[in-house]
Amino acid sequence: MGMLIAHEPDFMIHGVLKYQMFGQDFWITTTTIGMWIVTVLILLIAVLANRTLKKAGDVPGTFQNVLEYAYEMLQKMADGILAGNAKKFVNYIGTIFLFILFCNLSGLLGLRAPTADYGVTFLLGMFTFFIVNYQGIKNRKLRHFTSLFEPTPILFPINLIGELANPLSISLRLFANLLSGVIIMGLWYGMMPIFVNIGIPAALHVYCDVFSGAIQTYVFCMLTMVYINDKME
Amino acid sequence: MNGISGQDFIFGCSAIGAGLAMIAGIGPGVGQGIAAGHGASAVGRNPGAKSDITSTMLLGQAVAETTGLYGLVVAIILMFVKPFGA
Repeated sequence: MGMLIAHEPDFMIHGVLKYQMFGQDFWITTTTIGMWIVTVLILLIAVLANRTLKKAGDVPGTFQNVLEYAYEMLQKMADGILAGNAKKFVNYIGTIFLFILFCNLSGLLGLRAPTADYGVTFLLGMFTFFIVNYQGIKNRKLRHFTSLFEPTPILFPINLIGELANPLSISLRLFANLLSGVIIMGLWYGMMPIFVNIGIPAALHVYCDVFSGAIQTYVFCMLTMVYINDKME
Repeated sequence: MNGISGQDFIFGCSAIGAGLAMIAGIGPGVGQGIAAGHGASAVGRNPGAKSDITSTMLLGQAVAETTGLYGLVVAIILMFVKPFGA
């Protein structure tokens, strides 16, 4: 049996480098390195895109076509929910869309997806939370707080929990989806005999990384926009 | 109970608890099935709106999946983080 199993299943976050700051121990983990690689990839694509669009002609080439299609898709997504306010938020939504999408797809590069670390997704959820509440206070002033007592004051605790649970649920959804994908892939690569590891995991990658990852990216951005739109008037 | 330390007993019970937590997977399965069925009948009635129906269905299913994933998170915490016992 020991001959047939490739190696022990491995789907945990590992520390790579330990350093000290302010008397505390900090770790550079596989998540950090994954995020560096993703950032470099996005920067590379951004530089290439900038170059292509600077000398854009009337007849677009392949890369320009892809870029225009991607931007139009993002614009349509934002327009569908935020309507008139889409212009203000399309930059932020586009940024987190690209970041989460590339993080989710990085499983294809053999990395452990950075979004399968609750530290990353919780931060993304908190961004959403702060933007939503900032917009709420900016647009609705005092009504942002009085609306918690809205139907009857007895419902205040439930309204408050409902408001505070938003960032938790939005971040846990992304985290748990990616984690389940990482665990399934880790178990497959770890537990299966070597000859099953040729070719077959491609189908699993298509579901766990590409399909699930793309859907969850879309859901995260949609829900962020829905929460923002609730506070716009 | 001879030869089983308290620590081992707690780990064993955590594993059983992790298995029980995954019963949460029933709910999303039923919910996603209902959503897919209604999506299929909607496409049958109005084949022109196929892409809209599909994207709405997938979005709803992804949100409905959340409760099952909460069960998964609880199971994983019980198995690997070991919050009970040392």
